[in-house]
Amino acid sequence: MRDNNTTRWRTVDIVVAAVIAVAFGVIFWAWGLLWRAVDPAFAFFPAGQAIMYGVWLVPAVLGGLVIRKPGAALFCEAVAATVSALLGAEWGGVTIVQGLIQGLGAELAFAAFRYRSFRLPTALIAGALTGLGAALFDFFVWNSEYALASYRIPYALLTIVSAAAVAGAGAWALTRALATTGALDRFPAGRDRTPI
Amino acid sequence: MISFEPVAAPGAPLARRNPVAKLVAALVFSFILIATLDPVAPAIAIAVELAVLPLFGVRLRVLARRTWPLLVGAVGVVVTLVLFAAERSGRVLVEAGPVVVTSGVLLTALGLVLRMFAVALPGVIVFATTDPTDLADALIQNAKAPARFAIGALAAFRLVPLLGQEWQMISMARRARGVESGRNPLAKLRLFASTAFALLVGAIRRGTRLAVAMDARGFDAGTPRTVARQQRFVAADGLLIVCSAALAGAALTVSVLLGTFRPLIG
Amino acid sequence: MGAVVLRGFGWRHGGRRAWAVRGVDLRVEAGERVLLLGPSGAGKSTLLAALAGLLPEDSGEQEGTVEVDGLDPRESRDRVGIVFQDPESQLVMARSGDDVAFGLENRGIPAREIWPRVDEALARVGFPYPRDRPTAALSGGEQQRLALAGVLALRPGLLLLDEPTANLDPTGAALIRAAVAGALDADTTLILVEHRVAEALPLVDRVVVLEPGGGVRADGTPEAVFGTHGDTLAAEGVWVPGRPVPPRQATTPAGDVLVTADRLGLPPRLAAVDLAVRAGEALAVLGPNGAGKSTLALLLGGLLKPGAGRVAATTALAGTDTGTPPHRWRAPALARRIGSVFQDPEHQFVANTVYDELALGPRRTGQPEPAIRSTVDGLLSRLRLTKLAAANPYTLSGGEARRLSVATALATAPRLLVCDEPTFGQDRRTWLELVDLFAELRDAGHGLVAVTHDPEFVAALADRRLILERP
Ligand SMILES: Nc1ncnc2c1ncn2[C@@H]1O[C@H](COP(=O)(O)OP(=O)(O)OP(=O)(O)O)[C@@H](O)[C@H]1O
Ligand SMILES: Nc1ncnc2c1ncn2[C@@H]1O[C@H](COP(=O)(O)OP(=O)(O)OP(=O)(O)O)[C@@H](O)[C@H]1O
Ligand SMILES: [Mg+2]
Ligand SMILES: [Mg+2]
Repeated sequence: MRDNNTTRWRTVDIVVAAVIAVAFGVIFWAWGLLWRAVDPAFAFFPAGQAIMYGVWLVPAVLGGLVIRKPGAALFCEAVAATVSALLGAEWGGVTIVQGLIQGLGAELAFAAFRYRSFRLPTALIAGALTGLGAALFDFFVWNSEYALASYRIPYALLTIVSAAAVAGAGAWALTRALATTGALDRFPAGRDRTPI
Repeated sequence: MISFEPVAAPGAPLARRNPVAKLVAALVFSFILIATLDPVAPAIAIAVELAVLPLFGVRLRVLARRTWPLLVGAVGVVVTLVLFAAERSGRVLVEAGPVVVTSGVLLTALGLVLRMFAVALPGVIVFATTDPTDLADALIQNAKAPARFAIGALAAFRLVPLLGQEWQMISMARRARGVESGRNPLAKLRLFASTAFALLVGAIRRGTRLAVAMDARGFDAGTPRTVARQQRFVAADGLLIVCSAALAGAALTVSVLLGTFRPLIG
Repeated sequence: MGAVVLRGFGWRHGGRRAWAVRGVDLRVEAGERVLLLGPSGAGKSTLLAALAGLLPEDSGEQEGTVEVDGLDPRESRDRVGIVFQDPESQLVMARSGDDVAFGLENRGIPAREIWPRVDEALARVGFPYPRDRPTAALSGGEQQRLALAGVLALRPGLLLLDEPTANLDPTGAALIRAAVAGALDADTTLILVEHRVAEALPLVDRVVVLEPGGGVRADGTPEAVFGTHGDTLAAEGVWVPGRPVPPRQATTPAGDVLVTADRLGLPPRLAAVDLAVRAGEALAVLGPNGAGKSTLALLLGGLLKPGAGRVAATTALAGTDTGTPPHRWRAPALARRIGSVFQDPEHQFVANTVYDELALGPRRTGQPEPAIRSTVDGLLSRLRLTKLAAANPYTLSGGEARRLSVATALATAPRLLVCDEPTFGQDRRTWLELVDLFAELRDAGHGLVAVTHDPEFVAALADRRLILERP
């Protein structure tokens, strides 16, 4: 079998990247329902929010790991944001800009490895960098009135840690799990499968 | 359920404007208002937003239904600020151990909450009046977005309602096979994760198939595409963007003149 | 246009040791109308995908050559139109007219020609709605017609149809066939895959039967093929016209009532129905597309909450649990008592291999491993899935996936079995095997509810029928 190392996106690349974004749009929606059902009080625990943050960043890293083409991380996160806006998310258009900033973080990480490495360390760095993008946006735009040492900095750090763990390591594990189902057979990620 | 169609009267004068123009106008408006932390400018902005609501054909009820989660966010802002405010100026209103609520803190909270709404509403209004197909068309024709990517994303978006049904189907299939979580929250979370995973797998398979079907109809053949639906960007669309910038700028100017303006940076 | 030449063609899907098709030598001249037959899993869908240039080089291994009008199919895609079995994943746009226009835009047809061609294609297939009808609001049959219109608008020289009437009610299927017949120009080549030969015959002038091991089994005019090979083909699984299937009605009277439905409904999907299902009887549920049959199946299966009326289980089915309706039962109890087969087999798959899929139910109900193994192996061999035990359920052919989904429900031998379209896409041999399995289960005192559009199945097995109307 020929290895697919061109940078041109095939139709499957585009559609599946977009589908990943869309599916996460739906998963976020169900997650929101579950969240409200399980524990409403948690939303008032500010640090808790930061720990959850990584979940919203998964599409960026997952897109990069699955598609392995320049722009995949950015495209996935931006489409996910646009989808949530179209579905009527409360933040409207602002999400799109936020999505672009977050996607850019992961994109830079994959670019730094010239789109050749898709192993756990790369995923962790990509996760941390999307987290950084998200944290910077929040740090300046939403959290500027809060105390620096006791809130803004811990919140930002927690966001990055959560992003590295949930979005980085999480997306890496998810890619491997997806590969074992055969759903990624059309992608290089699906062919890394080593029979154990 | 997930709503995915425009929920506004499509004939309203501003709803009919070019989707790219509407989106840019909303973003310009939002990002000008992000620059301030005072309550006055956002209050004026919200008044403007509510005033143009009929021009977009959006009913107040629709707006309320889409933005109610912001109210939860507002409570979060107030609580966080009470606990972690950067400065506590003004008169002390409540003092209970480490919690010191001052008039300054409350004013800041008011500013933040109003700003949150002022920034979020334009996008919500615009997306409530925008059809995804029209948005993709306009992005391709007026914003020079690459057609393959815009159409590919649009095709994936069509799967949203199907994925909602798929979620129910997967849950039912599991139940039919004897798989359930009971009341245990941990088991609930596990079942959620496995259902979400199955949804993702199914979505990727569907996407792969859809891509094949699109290729079968010449999507990636390299022939230059034509467009069946013309989207025009006319003077009125440019005007919409200019007006939006001017209105947001005016709100800031009023705030500056009143001496209440507090820039985000500086 | 649309001449096809295959020389020693073979394709092996990545991850499979067996070839899906192999050693096929075939020539189809421009303008011919060919019915492609073969047992389930013989590689018919794979062959159509190859002709449409849709087998990606990186997803398998090819042998021999395929040519359409002297070109590699990947280069001649603009001459070929294909309609798949599943219409839902081939519609691209949100509005019907836009979907038909999609292919025309891709081909670079000038904008002013697009809409007249869209309207013409929609008229040809008898699409009853205006162009802005949302594709999500179409029934299965309407989606199928729209998909056909999207392909016809491109005026392909070679038209490929893969079971285009699966899951349609008889009226809908007749409409699609009429649409195909009316839409073909004299020089359009047609290759049609369809298990039910009798209905497809008026559309074709040549029949090609694929041999599962490789090669072409028979080729010629319908009269020649069925005249000379009729008996052997029927024995090998082809639905040769004029060969009735043996009836398998119950020989003993039905036993206790297992479940009753009382003014059961779920507006707007299902209008109120009354019914009772007894042990040892097979109830067929019939009705047009959209009548609410699948909804009824889910309600009886304890998977949906009734919107009106109620479902009640008797002691014969639920023991002491008769006080609660099935939709409130715990899942393991439900799985032991009522088995469900979903309309779309893929909705049902939970495991990563065919074997695990079948073993899941028995494991959940706590059977010992050796017993599970023998149940699973028995089902695998009866339904001709043994070779696929290690395959991923999602890579199966249409008919194989359907059999697996039925087998998953049979594995736990629940007292009541609710099946949604259990026989679609089956060749004659697997069809008979399925009917036998159901009949055995019924004769052993289980109750069977089968939602179906398959008149042969009803004639052979059903003891009673319930006909639903559109709500
Ligand atoms: N994507 C795939 N990956 C691996 N194997 C596959 C894939 N698709 C089909 N197969 C296998 O190839 C063989 C031929 O499948 P194909 O779908 O062509 O059969 P078919 O003749 O159309 O059968 P049916 O009448 O049941 O639809 C089957 O054994 C099937 O399991
Ligand atoms: N999840 C759902 N939500 C809302 N409406 C639905 C849902 N599923 C089905 N419907 C609608 O309910 C009606 C009955 O659907 P159902 O699937 O039960 O019909 P059916 O008789 O099984 O049709 P078919 O023969 O095409 O399978 C249809 O109009 C359908 O569009
Ligand atoms: Mg097939
Ligand atoms: Mg049905």
